[in-house]
Amino acid sequence: MNDLGSALTTAASMVTTADPAVVQVVLLSLRVSLTAVAIAALVGLPLGALLAVAQFPGRRVMIVALNALMGLPPVVCGLLVYLLLSRSGPLGPLGLLFTPTAMVIAQAVLIAPILAALARQLLEGMWEEYSEQLRSFGAGPWRAVPTLLWDGRYALLTVLLAGFGRASAEVGAVMIVGGNIDGFTRVMTTAIALETSKGDLPLALALGMVLMAIVLTVNAAAQVLRDSSARWAG
Amino acid sequence: MLKTLRRTLLAVFLGALALPALAQERSITVASTTSTEQSGLFGYLLPIFTQASGITVRVVALGTGQALDVGRRGDADVLFVHDRVAETRFVTEGYGGPRHHVMFNDFVLIGPAADPAHIAGLRDTAEALRRIAAAASPFVSRGDRSGTHAAELRLWVQAGVDPVQGRGAWYREVGQGMGPALNAAAAQNAYILADRGTWLAFRNRQELKIVVEGDARLFNQYGVMLVSPQRHPSVKVVDGQRFIDWLISPAGQTAIAGYKINGEQLFFPNATQPEPVS
Repeated sequence: MNDLGSALTTAASMVTTADPAVVQVVLLSLRVSLTAVAIAALVGLPLGALLAVAQFPGRRVMIVALNALMGLPPVVCGLLVYLLLSRSGPLGPLGLLFTPTAMVIAQAVLIAPILAALARQLLEGMWEEYSEQLRSFGAGPWRAVPTLLWDGRYALLTVLLAGFGRASAEVGAVMIVGGNIDGFTRVMTTAIALETSKGDLPLALALGMVLMAIVLTVNAAAQVLRDSSARWAG
Repeated sequence: MLKTLRRTLLAVFLGALALPALAQERSITVASTTSTEQSGLFGYLLPIFTQASGITVRVVALGTGQALDVGRRGDADVLFVHDRVAETRFVTEGYGGPRHHVMFNDFVLIGPAADPAHIAGLRDTAEALRRIAAAASPFVSRGDRSGTHAAELRLWVQAGVDPVQGRGAWYREVGQGMGPALNAAAAQNAYILADRGTWLAFRNRQELKIVVEGDARLFNQYGVMLVSPQRHPSVKVVDGQRFIDWLISPAGQTAIAGYKINGEQLFFPNATQPEPVS
């Protein structure tokens, strides 16, 4: 109880004093996870939409594979990216290991299947409703993809938030490919893991509280955007 | 209101996407041990070096075994580790070197205040381990191929005890760094071998305290070496060598000696007079 109390006090003082070291770690966390969501969305959302509307051989296999990849352990994902980016690996000459870029790649790989699978589920429902209408305008599946993505944008925001939540909360992948380098690749989750290692449990918990506050803020901002845009459009 | 919000969100998002300003700063990557990082040594030492040289040092803290693997793969420029046997093998296999002595500290045997194996105050580590095994008192092992793990296994051999027979019962391998292993020992009131630096910096001690120290077998030597640029042309030879040269120079050695926690010196520089390994 004492530890919880001192964690709360520490978390509050981190936020009120805007401790520069904590701010840097927070900004890097946001930068890495938001970039990863953006890249994963560019790949995952169109893929999900295509799987929702198009019929082609292997479609069901792809859907099952994507659903399974939603459970890809971050450590395994991190290890794969590590072996790819290592100097001894196929992409070694790029020298990306132990950089924020490597962390973005790992998180994008981790969440792209989540975005694709959730988008597929969501858009398939919409497609069942509107396919008649869209077809009557002469739109084939390819034309339907952008229309569906646009019409489903508010619902897809929740999908993006799910991806962001997974990215900002994971520690296994970024620890392996980023190396938790102080001032360079240290993010909230790896900082929490480090402080836990040092036995400074109240500080670790305080960082955890700050992370949760940030995730809450991002979600609240998305909700406000969604509500006000919907009102404006309606 | 909506437009402002949208613009703000867009700006935040683009700002987040923007790559970091292409910093042309000089930097090297050092694979090192959890003990040097978690004891706070690097946090103290590296700014002094950066100030003197203009080179930023990026430390990836791992167990010694893992740090050597990172060196073998060419993913670090310099290794700063503490397992002389494994380091010598690394050098003879041609992955790097030459190896230089930097500093030493010592290992300590930590245990619960209640001391169920009755070893507190012993100077003979082998005898202490035999008593722990005989009493089947819980013992937490790093189990992660780190320098401390290697040292622990050598001590069991010297004690003539095979701890593997206690696996699943009193001998508990956690496969983690020094800090998490100490957390596990604190939670289970178990004995554990730790490096003194991490122990001094460790906060969550609960009922743990030092029970055995001062045995010559508990000596812990740290070494530094450059990863072979012949094997890995990406190695930053000039800046990496500059870091090594600084560490073993009078300036670096004085800086190492200056790191203290609660007035207690954690690491003892010995680049010029390495102690023989028993």
